[in-house]
Amino acid sequence: MKMNSFFNTATIENVSQPAQRAPHFRRWIKLFIALLLAVVTVSFGRASEEFTIVKPATFGEKPIPIAVEGFSGEALGVLNFDLAVQGFTVVPESSSPQYVVKGSSEGSVAGSLTDAIARQTLFSRTYSGAGLRRQAHALADDIVTQIRNTKPIGGTKIAYKSQAPGGNGEIFVADFDGHDAQAVTSDNAIVAKPAWVPGHLALYYTSYARSNPDIFYHSLSSGQRRVISSYSGLNTGAAVSPDGSKVAMILSKSGSPNVWTCNADGSDPKRVSTGIEDSSPCWSPDGQWICYAAKANGRRILAKIPAGGGAMARVSTTGAPNPTEPDWSPDNKWIAFTSQSGSYFNICVVAADGSVGPIIIVPGQNPSWAPNSRTLIFNRGLPGRQNLAAVDVFTAQSRDCHRASGSNSEPSWGH
Amino acid sequence: MKLNNLLLPVALALIAAFATTGCKHGFNGQLTDVPGQRLHAPAPGPNDFNTKPLTAENNPPIVANPIPSPLPPAPVVPPFVSNPIPTSAGWEPADMNQNREKLAAYTVHFKFDSAIVQDSEQANVANVGQALSSNPAAKLLIEGNCDERGTEEYNRSLGERRALALREALAKIGIDPMRIRTISYGKDQPLDPGHDEAAWAKNRRGQFVYCTPKAPVQ
Repeated sequence: MKMNSFFNTATIENVSQPAQRAPHFRRWIKLFIALLLAVVTVSFGRASEEFTIVKPATFGEKPIPIAVEGFSGEALGVLNFDLAVQGFTVVPESSSPQYVVKGSSEGSVAGSLTDAIARQTLFSRTYSGAGLRRQAHALADDIVTQIRNTKPIGGTKIAYKSQAPGGNGEIFVADFDGHDAQAVTSDNAIVAKPAWVPGHLALYYTSYARSNPDIFYHSLSSGQRRVISSYSGLNTGAAVSPDGSKVAMILSKSGSPNVWTCNADGSDPKRVSTGIEDSSPCWSPDGQWICYAAKANGRRILAKIPAGGGAMARVSTTGAPNPTEPDWSPDNKWIAFTSQSGSYFNICVVAADGSVGPIIIVPGQNPSWAPNSRTLIFNRGLPGRQNLAAVDVFTAQSRDCHRASGSNSEPSWGH
Repeated sequence: MKLNNLLLPVALALIAAFATTGCKHGFNGQLTDVPGQRLHAPAPGPNDFNTKPLTAENNPPIVANPIPSPLPPAPVVPPFVSNPIPTSAGWEPADMNQNREKLAAYTVHFKFDSAIVQDSEQANVANVGQALSSNPAAKLLIEGNCDERGTEEYNRSLGERRALALREALAKIGIDPMRIRTISYGKDQPLDPGHDEAAWAKNRRGQFVYCTPKAPVQ
């Protein structure tokens, strides 16, 4: 059972089945292909670090206009947030958009979605249980699923680190919009890089609680945790394989920080990469590859290597300087990463097969894909005052997440 | 002679130790292995269990009700076993007296995005080596740090490599690397909180913590 459905807890009553699939989808595909051919070259740079980004116009996709009428307060806030970070723009009904959501959030959330072009009501539903926020997330999911046919994200969770001035912090989990945040740890130590176990209420993360960066496994359903990697030197950057059976991580026990894999319990560690300085491993959705940040001839590159070991191959990031922090999209199409120029960080996306990109999406660091393969969670802001934010990759619309406390970074989107 | 009988194996062991460790000191990725699981880490302490049950009554549940379907199965994680890598580091910084002042003057600084120990820093390395040579019981903890111009996990690796590069530099001048432990703080422990080159230059550093055995409990 996947975590998506587990978290997606608002129940649906009085469901009228959608009359037909939105006509928007096929047109969108055509537009996508047409725009793919039109490549715009954008050049920019600084005196010493001039670089060029080849920017296909596909990523300038226009958001889908939608009117949202009758909601108020928290429910309206949730709808606005969820729609924006999945490529919609909320417009007044008077502007005659194709899609109109009408409903209310008095006591519980109810809503109906109509398609003005097809002159049809696509669904009409009321939601109960689990509180207004979750009900509104469930309505947003139904709208987005109906129009875009992407995987729902409204019930998903994120994990992240929250750091106080001085460096110490805790690992937190929250709704993907930052609400309902709860501390997972009480270490009062440097913590880093939480990673969800796919489909389960469990995390791996780094904590310096034992005076060394060690990797912990932490079950959120039992509250129990164990150290799974605590070699001399660095143990960090845990990333769980799609089937949950393996963990990729950075260890320095060989004398340099490299990618290693181990079983979920930490047993059977194997060195996978042999570079001079590696960081931030992530898995391809088929579990065959590990992508990570490496160094070649003194320059930062992205590399991928067979998870069982083998020859390293470069991931092309030409034009995006100093790539680090890759994350591979669940649909296998994209690799998001952070590009750095001087003190400036940008979230970039490149096609996993190298056919498109890289493209700058938005300033920020630490991208992590949502299950829908179109929204990223990341962090941005001033040093020491980072805020989590979500961005719709294809329209570049972003929204800051709710921040409870501290400098929040290194988010991991639960799948 | 009795004395010779004792000294010979010790001398042979020292030669063997030097032969295995003293020759590896390039920066081409062929670095000295950092041995073993740490001594205390595998033993589960009280903090390892039931630290903060999120589903307990004193915490709000992570998932609101009603839940339309059964709870997910427990994570598919096999029983935990101790790690098969043998312990050989032999000491833990946490068990030692840590003197942060003694070698503070010899803090080594690095160029931007580099873990190369510059020639201008060799005197600091030599001074640290001298301090270790003059007290065979002393150990060393090297802390690697970075400026803020790098992503978090990238800097955690860069800080570790800076500390490891200093470990290699000390090995090169004859210090047994088994006496040296490294820790990377990435960009989490800046010395200067500023956001300019002056602050960044101070923060790109390797700091030496002089460790000596604690007095035995009477």
